[in-house]
Amino acid sequence: MADSHTLDKKHPASMLPETITPDVRFLQQVEAAGPFQASACYQCRKCTNGCPVSFAMDLYPDEVIRLVIVGLPQTVLHSQTIWVCAACETCTTRCPNDVKIAELMDCLKETAVQKGIPCPHPQILDLHNIFLKDLKRWGRVCETTFIPEYLLRSGMLRRMWQAHTLGAEIKLGWRMGRKGRFALLPKTIKGKKEVRNILGRPEKR
Amino acid sequence: MKVAYYPGCSLEGTAKDYAESIQGICASLGIELEEIPDWNCCGATAAHSIHHRAGVELAGRTLNLASQMPHSDLLVPCPMCFNRLKTASWALNRDSANRYGIVLQDSLPSVWDLATFLATDAMLQTTAENMRTPLEGLQVVSYYGCMANRPPEITEADNFENPQALDRIIQNLGATAIPWAYKTDCCGASQVLSRPDIVSHLVGKLYDMAERVGAQAIVVSCQMCQANLDMHQEKIGAEWGKRFSFPVYYFTELIGLAHNVSGVKRWLSRHITDPISLLEQLNLRGNP
Ligand code: SF4
Ligand code: SF4
Repeated sequence: MADSHTLDKKHPASMLPETITPDVRFLQQVEAAGPFQASACYQCRKCTNGCPVSFAMDLYPDEVIRLVIVGLPQTVLHSQTIWVCAACETCTTRCPNDVKIAELMDCLKETAVQKGIPCPHPQILDLHNIFLKDLKRWGRVCETTFIPEYLLRSGMLRRMWQAHTLGAEIKLGWRMGRKGRFALLPKTIKGKKEVRNILGRPEKR
Repeated sequence: MKVAYYPGCSLEGTAKDYAESIQGICASLGIELEEIPDWNCCGATAAHSIHHRAGVELAGRTLNLASQMPHSDLLVPCPMCFNRLKTASWALNRDSANRYGIVLQDSLPSVWDLATFLATDAMLQTTAENMRTPLEGLQVVSYYGCMANRPPEITEADNFENPQALDRIIQNLGATAIPWAYKTDCCGASQVLSRPDIVSHLVGKLYDMAERVGAQAIVVSCQMCQANLDMHQEKIGAEWGKRFSFPVYYFTELIGLAHNVSGVKRWLSRHITDPISLLEQLNLRGNP
């Protein structure tokens, strides 16, 4: 990786060092996993203007595309943006140049995981991992096993405790249980092996 | 009419109300649902976020199981599952040999978002013929969320910025669907577990606008939207310095109510924000 700076949470662009060496092959590598048509972007910012989560992002969606094109992988792969993106597909739907922005966000997350780049909000990656673990276990996802495991292992329970919201959340969970909203037994499927094989094979991407 | 059916994981758990209401109304509409044997989870957000290939293959396995059934239509009530199945068939029809370890069989049934299916002319007519109690006086906004419509290249939705399926169903039942601009704005979906602050922000905006256009309730076709809108109203209201108390109905519950299907009260009793008082004010008493 050519660019080696880390991201300032408030003003990532202002933290770019004055001389940077771009990784000119990054766009090519990303597009090989697509195609996402990133190079067709003409920076109209329509994606960013319609993005419902832009308020929680450190890089705007159009900036992610731009940094992929100019080859600054470390900046995008360390960003919060790729993780807080809600995958709502508004950007992809509206882009006048058919850039698959939301799909590219997924590709960047997957690339960050494969390179061992830590997720700036670990509880978001934990959610994905623990969901897939539950799916591997049963072939379907059982909220009754998946949600408690997630809350415990991601530290979300501790956060709720610290934010004094744990009591309210437990009460809500209790009400849900009383209303019969949690399955008592997980449903498991015959094709569990096939599912495990799909999830277990190593990636080429 | 017999159709293939893919309920998805959450309809076996927290979205029991949605599942029960679908079973209830399909009987009244003459639709026989046959579940895809041994279906698996579509992988949802987790798989497409960090494991693209698995996301496509997981949905592909279920599609292939559906292909072995004799039915020409596959109904999918969960918009996330619907989106993943459509994405998989799109991807596998283009690029299966190189990228994915699964080949799609021929004879794939048409994959339908349930609300879109029930809003076809034929189904609207059947729905109208079975009317017992028109939902007069009920003024709602329809809320579609993201996955049933976007991206249109995958979902094949024609009116993706201003979808009409739920509005047509609501009007057909005698209720009023108030036009509003937030039909397809995102609720944050599974981020409710990892970034509840983001969900509060997004859902708060929806309540605020629903209130401003004069809606009494919000009607949805997605169990993630339903949960995010129904479960945390008190908390989100407090954060917005307001008190919100919108019943959040599944469109299927409203069809059941208008058709006097038995079980409506049981389905509604599973909600968190009181869905009954408003109906009683309007003299709409569902069957137990
Ligand atoms: S909408 Fe498309 S063309 Fe416009 S800035 Fe975003 S990616 Fe680029
Ligand atoms: S998919 Fe992600 S980046 Fe695109 S508009 Fe939605 S939240 Fe924003």
